[in-house]
Amino acid sequence: MMTFEEIHALLSDKFGSKVIVDSQTSGLQPALFIHPDYIVPICEELRDNQLTWFDFLSCLTGVDHGPESNKFSVVYHLASIPHQHQLVLKVEIEHDRNLEVLPSFKSVSDVWKTAEWHEREAFDLVGIDFEGHPDQRRILLPDDWEGYPLRKDYQAAEEYKGIKIN
Amino acid sequence: MPVKKTRYDLLTENLQAEEMIINMGPQHPSTHGVLRLELITDGEIVKEVIPHMGYLHRCFEKHCESLTYQQIIPFVDRMDYLASMNNDHAFVMGVERMMGIDKDIPKRVEYIRVLVCELNRIASHLISIGTYGMDIGAFTPFLWCFRDREHIMNMLEWASGSRMLYNYIWVGGLFYDLPVGFEERCREFVDYFKPKLAELNQLLTDNQIFISRTAGVGVLPLDVAINYGCSGPMLRGSGLKWDLRRVDEYSAYPELDFEIPIGKGEMGKSGDCWDRYKVRADEVAESLKIIEQCLDKLQKDLKRGPEFDPRAKLPKKIIPKEQDFYIRAENPRGELGYYFITDGKTEIPKRVKARAPSFNNLSVLPEISRSVLIADLVAILGSIDIVLGEVDR
Repeated sequence: MMTFEEIHALLSDKFGSKVIVDSQTSGLQPALFIHPDYIVPICEELRDNQLTWFDFLSCLTGVDHGPESNKFSVVYHLASIPHQHQLVLKVEIEHDRNLEVLPSFKSVSDVWKTAEWHEREAFDLVGIDFEGHPDQRRILLPDDWEGYPLRKDYQAAEEYKGIKIN
Repeated sequence: MPVKKTRYDLLTENLQAEEMIINMGPQHPSTHGVLRLELITDGEIVKEVIPHMGYLHRCFEKHCESLTYQQIIPFVDRMDYLASMNNDHAFVMGVERMMGIDKDIPKRVEYIRVLVCELNRIASHLISIGTYGMDIGAFTPFLWCFRDREHIMNMLEWASGSRMLYNYIWVGGLFYDLPVGFEERCREFVDYFKPKLAELNQLLTDNQIFISRTAGVGVLPLDVAINYGCSGPMLRGSGLKWDLRRVDEYSAYPELDFEIPIGKGEMGKSGDCWDRYKVRADEVAESLKIIEQCLDKLQKDLKRGPEFDPRAKLPKKIIPKEQDFYIRAENPRGELGYYFITDGKTEIPKRVKARAPSFNNLSVLPEISRSVLIADLVAILGSIDIVLGEVDR
């Protein structure tokens, strides 16, 4: 079992501070901020290194931080079954909320297959594009749905296919 | 935005001459709710399965944007509607930890929570076992399971006032104490149910037809299960002792004695449908053990007194500090997680994401049902034991 500081040190030694941008230790669960371009090698390292061995992706969440900050982030909750420790990773980018070009992150669905459906969900509800995702379609909403409901500036549609929504 | 070709496009565009697309569901009885499976078939052989869900999407996360923590609990009930108590318990634990009051919860409250959760776990597994038998073609176990489940429903209705969607476990306590006489009646139920469980095992577990339909079918290797994020009986059926009640040691579970049943491949290969079924059947017996221990505690050391108030520790205002927090707990179907983002100012969370066990368990279905018969696909889907309320949220 490794502590958060040990994992942080291990990753910093291997990748340097350009990749491990920041760490957040204020809450109950500390988190590492990763540079968005390097999330896939970081995840592969965390999964394959026998010391960390994060073989289980518990949860993947797409988050919209609202129009004030214009930030989008993806949060990864990893768990290790052999070592029984957990880790939170975060990647964050700024985006102008343009609906034509979605904020884009690298897909980790090749590292853990769990991510495949979770990333589809994040795409569906928050409108985040995952580069390299093999099957990026809407998953919970109808295929022809317009907009991304979990965005903070989402306006509920007046009607859907001529049916009034109230 | 350039349109990417998805795997779905590639699969459906490049059909061979003999292949045919068949829709199974959304109103098919063996899809356990409103799930649509798009099958690419060659005769009786299923080449590829493409699940389509969302028919029961009720915007859980969108609703959470405008509700307080206490108001979310009834919505949480409706996610996995067969195991509402377990959903409540996980959610409430998460909020309590964020508030920092999880250590102040009275022992009696913790034991009552575990008691009702385990009762609910039995009820949920009974549905799973009963409907699974029916998928395979055995109708009697279904009736027997529902008969016994009815006793649990009645008891939980007596405690909470509702048959399925309880809203019983609250942040910091409980809705009410258990009704007077609940412990005695629960003990009667345990004594009644033990021989019934043995009967059920005789009827289904050792039934040669049932074994022939399920053993060696839908084998889920352990590495695939972990990679797809399967949890609960799915993961244990593949032979891994992984139960969050033991790993995270939450609530009163560290003080209770129970085994973690795993699949051993007794009838076919490890991780087949029969193993997953067997894990559930064994878990019912383990839950009964936990219930008996809880009743012992509740009737002796933690006996009800006139001064006991399950609402004594309820916080007046639930405003957790600014943070984000992920809580996980063992639901009958696996790892149920909630991810909270709070702003520290209002009673309304900024974001709540639910990590539903059925959602992840279902994602492995296309992987383990390539080149199986359509009849076996029904057996595989039944053994995953999905609840669509939770898949779609």
